[in-house]
Amino acid sequence: MLVPDWPLARLRIYEMARTNPIKTFLLWELLGGMWVTLKALFRPKITVNYPEEKAPQSVRFRGLHALRRYPNGEERCIACKLCEAVCPALAITIESTVAPDGTRRTSRYDIDLFKCIYCGFCEEACPVDAIVETRIHEYHMEHRGENIMTKDKLLAVGERYDATITADKTADAPYR
Amino acid sequence: MHSLPQIWNALPGFVQSLAFILAVTIVLILSVAYLTLLERKIIGWMQLRRGPNRVRLFGIPNTEYIGQPFADVVKLLLKEIVIPARANGVLFRIAPALALIPAFATWAVIPVAPGFAIANVDAGLLYVLSLTSVGVYGVILAGWASNSKYAFLGAMRSAAQIVAYEIAMGFALVGVLMAAGSLNLGVIVEHQRGMVAAWNWFWLFPLFVVYFISGVAETNRAPFDVAEGESEIVAGFHVEYSGMAFALFFLAEYANMILIAALTAIFFFGGWLSPFDGYIAAGSALRELPVLGLLIGDGTHWLLVKMLFFLIVFLWLRATFPRYRYDQIMRLGWKVLIPVTIVWIAVEGVLCWFRIGPWRA
Repeated sequence: MLVPDWPLARLRIYEMARTNPIKTFLLWELLGGMWVTLKALFRPKITVNYPEEKAPQSVRFRGLHALRRYPNGEERCIACKLCEAVCPALAITIESTVAPDGTRRTSRYDIDLFKCIYCGFCEEACPVDAIVETRIHEYHMEHRGENIMTKDKLLAVGERYDATITADKTADAPYR
Repeated sequence: MHSLPQIWNALPGFVQSLAFILAVTIVLILSVAYLTLLERKIIGWMQLRRGPNRVRLFGIPNTEYIGQPFADVVKLLLKEIVIPARANGVLFRIAPALALIPAFATWAVIPVAPGFAIANVDAGLLYVLSLTSVGVYGVILAGWASNSKYAFLGAMRSAAQIVAYEIAMGFALVGVLMAAGSLNLGVIVEHQRGMVAAWNWFWLFPLFVVYFISGVAETNRAPFDVAEGESEIVAGFHVEYSGMAFALFFLAEYANMILIAALTAIFFFGGWLSPFDGYIAAGSALRELPVLGLLIGDGTHWLLVKMLFFLIVFLWLRATFPRYRYDQIMRLGWKVLIPVTIVWIAVEGVLCWFRIGPWRA
């Protein structure tokens, strides 16, 4: 047998075949590595200067939640609790009641933003497109408890960003 | 009325020395501050990032990132210095100073301008070698006094590594000493006068490579930074240090980098000698030009240019190479660098004997 059946000796021979001692001594591979970083030094930088520049966003972006209304001002949500049922993080809490006009409405609609994983299942489950996730992602809380989005807060977000939400849903509609 | 040079010459020697020491210290601290910025910028660029680009200097427009070092210093100064309850208080407090002082004190013998060093010591090379060795005490004491296993491991690694590389470094400098026939750094620079190929790097190329690699290892810089390998031992010897105490270690590391860059320039690249020396004759018309003439001639600016180059190489290495494994570091130090230096010293001895090359001895 040409190569002794001794793992270490075999390894040594492979090692010698793989590495060229002259190249090793001249630090050839190391210089090659430095050449790569030198080229990178002069390449255009890919960092986005965040507050001034922003990365493009999809119309399907799943950010802060909002509850929508119909154009006549009527709440969309019918308290069917499908979103509550589908929510994998158990972030949604709904209580329902009968409104003065005899319709079924929510008396409480809370989303805990700390529990929410922004999966968008609530939006998918909603039969009346009431709960949506907007593309707002730059929000913060300053006090304990602000992480609970109540019905009023959700409706307020929906009213404030109605134009954007409607535009996003319209743009996305042909693809669903 | 006396002119300024007259007043200066009338001052007692120790006042002049103090002034020089103050000047060197301030310049060095400012250089360290901007070296950290340069490092973050260059490594950022090499990773296709932009690096720090937010802090303006006093809010002046278009000075983005110039203020970054000052913001860092203010942050570190305002932070609390925590001393662990079970730490050895005295050693814990003096360790940062022990790391820092040698890095600054070595500058006393560095010939910064033609014929000028704060202290023109004949045993300059020995002084440099001994002080760079003292620097490791800061690291070892910090690791030991912290009473923390990570800090202790970092200190042990650092001690073994510095012992290994100091030998290679010392041997590389034996070659320089043989070439110049003197331990005086000013004489070593003067001896390299001539042209670019007369500088020591040409005849002592293997020693130059070994010296620079050992220098990187000696300053605990990547890829030899096992003393603070964050993947295994958090931050190594300075885990327990916070605020300004940590900043002193930081300062020491960067001051050591600047020092090694300066020493490499002096030992192997002709210090303040101009690279145009052998190519543009002494009486040439080019040398009579108002500003360009001065720039072409010898001077501190050439030392600074060479130092800047080596500092950028330090950062470049850090951006390029992953950290060595600990046993690989030991193998490289003992089994590669030391034999290379010994062989080359023998070769140099033969060349000296037959008077081949620009040797003094």
